[in-house]
Amino acid sequence: MENIISRYRNVSVLVAVLFAQVLLLGVQVKRSEENRSTRLIRVWTVDLITPFEKAIVGVQSGTVNLWHEYFYLRGVRQENRELKQQIERMQLEQVRLNNDAEQSRRLQALMGFKEQFISHTVAAQVIGSSGSERSRVIYIDKVANDGVGKDMPVITSDGVVGKVLNVFHSSSQVLLIDDQTSGVGTILEQSRLQGVLEGTPSGEIILDKIMNDEQVQPGEKVLTSGGDGIFPKGLLIGTVEAAVHGPESFLSIKVKPAADLGRLEEVLVITQKEERAPDVAGTNSRAVDILAQRLPSVPDKPPAATGGGDKKDQTSVTSPTDAPPSGRAAATSTVSKKPGTTGLTPGVSNPAASNSGKNPASERSLPEETAPDSYSVVKPATGTFPAPNQKKVSPPGKPPAVQPQPQTAPAAQQDQPQ
Amino acid sequence: MPITYTSKEQIEVYRFSLPVTIAVPLIAIFFQAFVPLRFPFFAIFDLPLLVVIFFAVARRSPVAGLITGSLIGIVQDSLTHTPIGLFGIAKGVVGYGASSLGVKLDVENAGSRFLVTVFFYVVHEFIYFMVARGLVGLSLHWSWPHELRSAIANAILAVALFSLLDRFKRRT
Repeated sequence: MENIISRYRNVSVLVAVLFAQVLLLGVQVKRSEENRSTRLIRVWTVDLITPFEKAIVGVQSGTVNLWHEYFYLRGVRQENRELKQQIERMQLEQVRLNNDAEQSRRLQALMGFKEQFISHTVAAQVIGSSGSERSRVIYIDKVANDGVGKDMPVITSDGVVGKVLNVFHSSSQVLLIDDQTSGVGTILEQSRLQGVLEGTPSGEIILDKIMNDEQVQPGEKVLTSGGDGIFPKGLLIGTVEAAVHGPESFLSIKVKPAADLGRLEEVLVITQKEERAPDVAGTNSRAVDILAQRLPSVPDKPPAATGGGDKKDQTSVTSPTDAPPSGRAAATSTVSKKPGTTGLTPGVSNPAASNSGKNPASERSLPEETAPDSYSVVKPATGTFPAPNQKKVSPPGKPPAVQPQPQTAPAAQQDQPQ
Repeated sequence: MPITYTSKEQIEVYRFSLPVTIAVPLIAIFFQAFVPLRFPFFAIFDLPLLVVIFFAVARRSPVAGLITGSLIGIVQDSLTHTPIGLFGIAKGVVGYGASSLGVKLDVENAGSRFLVTVFFYVVHEFIYFMVARGLVGLSLHWSWPHELRSAIANAILAVALFSLLDRFKRRT
């Protein structure tokens, strides 16, 4: 036996080494099925390699910053002018988007809709890669002490990059979305079709699980759906490049990633997500308030007139559904008006109010505020219609019957306490 | 033809200092992990494989080639997210094969180095492909045009790299 081994020493060693590695592979495959990872060798290697990468990236970025921020300032003024113009354009755009967003939030709040918000991110520098086309991972310089953890989404300003796969002592490993083991829940922006985004061995990204009979147009944006529980909903992934019928019953949709996955330098790790209903506090949640804001402008009332009008000249208008039970402070919109001009009798509250005083929705949404521009309005609770016997002040779609407050108020009235 | 059969008496066996033995593979792995970030096309190269072939051919010891290849492959595996051992097995076999070939053939000139690298690159990819699909269950696909392009690119780089590494050779 010994003679055979010594005679075939090289082959014996070859067989032994290969057998040991096959055994190692088998153990890892088994452990991965049990969701346990083999970390030890990886930790050693990564801790050995990444400090050098960090150092080089640090020196490189320091040199580049020095050059760009102190020496190479050609064209900065021109660029500054262009950026200012761009800011002006974007501010106009922002006003429009804010309006749309507010409206969307209000509708979501009405539906009790909860969504995920990105509440905290950590900027990280990309310091290395796997070096293999078959394993599309990168290494970033942030670790657990910085708040980075497993399965956290990684993005850039352009789009989604991937998710954190492993966190080591000196770096973290990020699996890119073009890796073949990656999967992201997606939704198409226009058609609202949902699918799963996967990488291919050749490094392409395809959108799977969309039926062949659906219509998908090239150029359509692909967003995260939030269905995978990792990526918050609505992050841009890329655009549809081509859509053809696949071999099975699903379309084969090729997606062009929005982020340049081959040239990543800095990324953001989403370390904290928050799931909550859209925040509508701070916005006028009542339809009539919104309507009032959109009315033609009325001259502002002098502060004295707003704050200290004669009590006789003030109408305490109570929302039909907001009338508090007896003994509870009434949350009312106190606005000044001339008596009798709106059909509302001063001090008269709607009879229906007594029946709806315990409406929790109205208790929740009642802001104690002064109605804008001295309009005398009845404020129905959000999402409810006035009771039939309620005195209608502002029919839907029409400006409410309003009277501007007199511009000058007697001095005696100004001194009245509120 | 640059590849010539050599008798055992004609074979020159080289050795390397310990720092070179350790530093060269580590630098190769470091470059392999770092350079593709700035130059994505560099991912087509496999520097650790070229180092394995160089050491194996120069030492002409199959066992040394096997162990060198396995160790370099395992370190390279550690930087990926795939199971450790895929590169280890492929590079171990290449190290063994290149050493065995180096015993029999003169692979000291540029032409023979080019051909040897093309051959062992394809062998390496094939073994990786088989092990990854057969043992681990990864869904890889084989593309001959891609593999041949990569093999030629690596062979061209190997000719330049080997002439650089020749400076660290020591005669036994």
